[in-house]
Amino acid sequence: MIINKKNKLILNILLFLAFATIIILLDTNKIGDPYIKRVLNLSAIYAIVSVSMNLVNGFTGLFSLGQAGFMAIGAYTVAIFTVPLADRAKIFYITPQNPILAQIELPFVIALILGGLLAALVAILIGMPVLRLKSDYLAIATLGFSEIIRIVFTNTKSITNGALGIKSIPQMPTMWVFFGVALLAIFIIWLLINSSYGRAFKAIREDEVAAEAMGINLFKHKVMSFSIGAFFAGIGGGLLATLLATVNPNQFYFTFTYNFLLIIVLGGMGSLSGTIIASFVVTVGLELLRFFDSPLTLFGVNIPLFRPGLRMVIFSLLLMVLVLFFRNGLLGQKELSWKVICDWFNRKKRKKPAEGGRA
Amino acid sequence: MTSQLFMQQLANGISLGSLYALLAIGYTMVYGILRLINFAHGDIFMMAAYFMTFSIVTFKLPWYIAIIVVIIATVALGVLLEKVAYRPLRDAPRMSIMISAIGASFLFSNLATYLFTGVPRGFPDIKVLTTTVKVGSISLSVATLITPFITLVLLYLVLFITNKTKIGMAMRAVSRDFETAKLMGININRVISTTFIIGSALAAIGAILWGSRYPSIMPLMGVMPGLKCFIAAVLGGIGNTTGAVIGGFILGMSEIMLITFLPSLTGYRDAIAFIILIVVLLVKPTGLLGEKVTDKV
Repeated sequence: MIINKKNKLILNILLFLAFATIIILLDTNKIGDPYIKRVLNLSAIYAIVSVSMNLVNGFTGLFSLGQAGFMAIGAYTVAIFTVPLADRAKIFYITPQNPILAQIELPFVIALILGGLLAALVAILIGMPVLRLKSDYLAIATLGFSEIIRIVFTNTKSITNGALGIKSIPQMPTMWVFFGVALLAIFIIWLLINSSYGRAFKAIREDEVAAEAMGINLFKHKVMSFSIGAFFAGIGGGLLATLLATVNPNQFYFTFTYNFLLIIVLGGMGSLSGTIIASFVVTVGLELLRFFDSPLTLFGVNIPLFRPGLRMVIFSLLLMVLVLFFRNGLLGQKELSWKVICDWFNRKKRKKPAEGGRA
Repeated sequence: MTSQLFMQQLANGISLGSLYALLAIGYTMVYGILRLINFAHGDIFMMAAYFMTFSIVTFKLPWYIAIIVVIIATVALGVLLEKVAYRPLRDAPRMSIMISAIGASFLFSNLATYLFTGVPRGFPDIKVLTTTVKVGSISLSVATLITPFITLVLLYLVLFITNKTKIGMAMRAVSRDFETAKLMGININRVISTTFIIGSALAAIGAILWGSRYPSIMPLMGVMPGLKCFIAAVLGGIGNTTGAVIGGFILGMSEIMLITFLPSLTGYRDAIAFIILIVVLLVKPTGLLGEKVTDKV
């Protein structure tokens, strides 16, 4: 098949219809069960956050490890503003909630966007001093900030309920909330990457000095990429809060960021489609790996290796193996497009007759 | 605030600061040579604490032999880490090496959780280190008292190695210019291994002294000290050994002083290091004793 504009449109529509059908079937409980739905929703959230992290790390070349902190901001914003007023006193039973906050209840969508905006605002404030630094200092500074955010949330009991966390966050009835937002977020980031801003980001990634010499305002573009990344991480955090219905500071320990690091390394630093595929592979994979955490009995023999903790060992080994041996991940900096898929099929087709001819 | 309490906390601050200094030397040396934040350094420190527990509690070694065994085991682990996680990536982009370092750190903590479970263990009570002595009106454990001296002796030793020996000269050459040093016939791998040997040995000594002060060890105990000590190294001027020790002292002091004077902010104890980091990077990114490095095109 030849890829032209018309065919591409048809294929895109077909893909979207297939995607929509699966979601509708899942939503109406025709296929799957709550567990599968939950894992898929989580994958969608991870896809948002990973794509946002890839925007900063893969496309702009800034090694930022602050994703968990920005997610915490988004998650807490949703948690604080969407819990029904009637439940507030029950949740904040040790330290009463701040009287102003205790009267505000916002619809989910507004709280979600507010969470993203707050995360972006914090990112701008952090970015001003930190983005002037070299990549490795940036890594430790962003990691530090994500820890500070967590520490602040643990200590501001009248706002965040401290270490107890916030429970009974209203949940969303449909998977479209997660997948719709994911689609939208990825689309926006895709547009951004293919705009002149995106080209500036990539120029900064390849060579800062050269980019500056070409007239790219380094600081402006770095802050922009960083804060947009934080915005979508905040959105992802907000979605996570409503998916889990509960937030507490320990969820956002900085090792949480390593999940997204694994995803973008697997998918390829600088590849959106790779990141999306990797988000689903890693999230589903982590669920499947739970098998390693429970004791295993094979033919009546108890295999001693299988006990809690093995899953995370495999997870971290995977990250090491990936970066040591498959540094480019699935797609490197390439994107998966219809043309690539088509070329791949065509090459296979062409190969077969050639081999036949020789025989 | 009584002057007695103040003196007590001052001693604690100096002692904590010198523990940070021991770890910070490891960070600063590796960074000076490889330009790499060795994220796994804190976890090497954690493993050393576990080695100490096992050699005393499980293998019933006397403490002086145990210390030697622990140092050797930790050094072996550090060299192994370098060989497996960093050496294959020597020509790779910086970001890949850093991800490898993070992966190694994460692997160590997860491996420790898996092997030793997340339940905190008691650190063996080494009588020589935990006995309390009275100095003037304050009482301190021997560990608290001798830590600053041990740190200073070790600092002197490290300075001697880097400034007066042949391998030290090679280390300085590699840290100044990696490529040229290689061309001049310096065995880069040997230099880097030596750096990791020194760093890990100091981490092992730090872990033993740390365990005697805070006798509860767990798989994630190395993460926070690790990050803080890197910050101490940045504060002192990364690549500068003396600077790392000064940075460690300042960090330890400010933490203890925060707790002493503003007890209501104790919850923010771990945040102070990061605030210091941001201030340093804003005001003097090269640190207190660091040299200015300009980017070459």
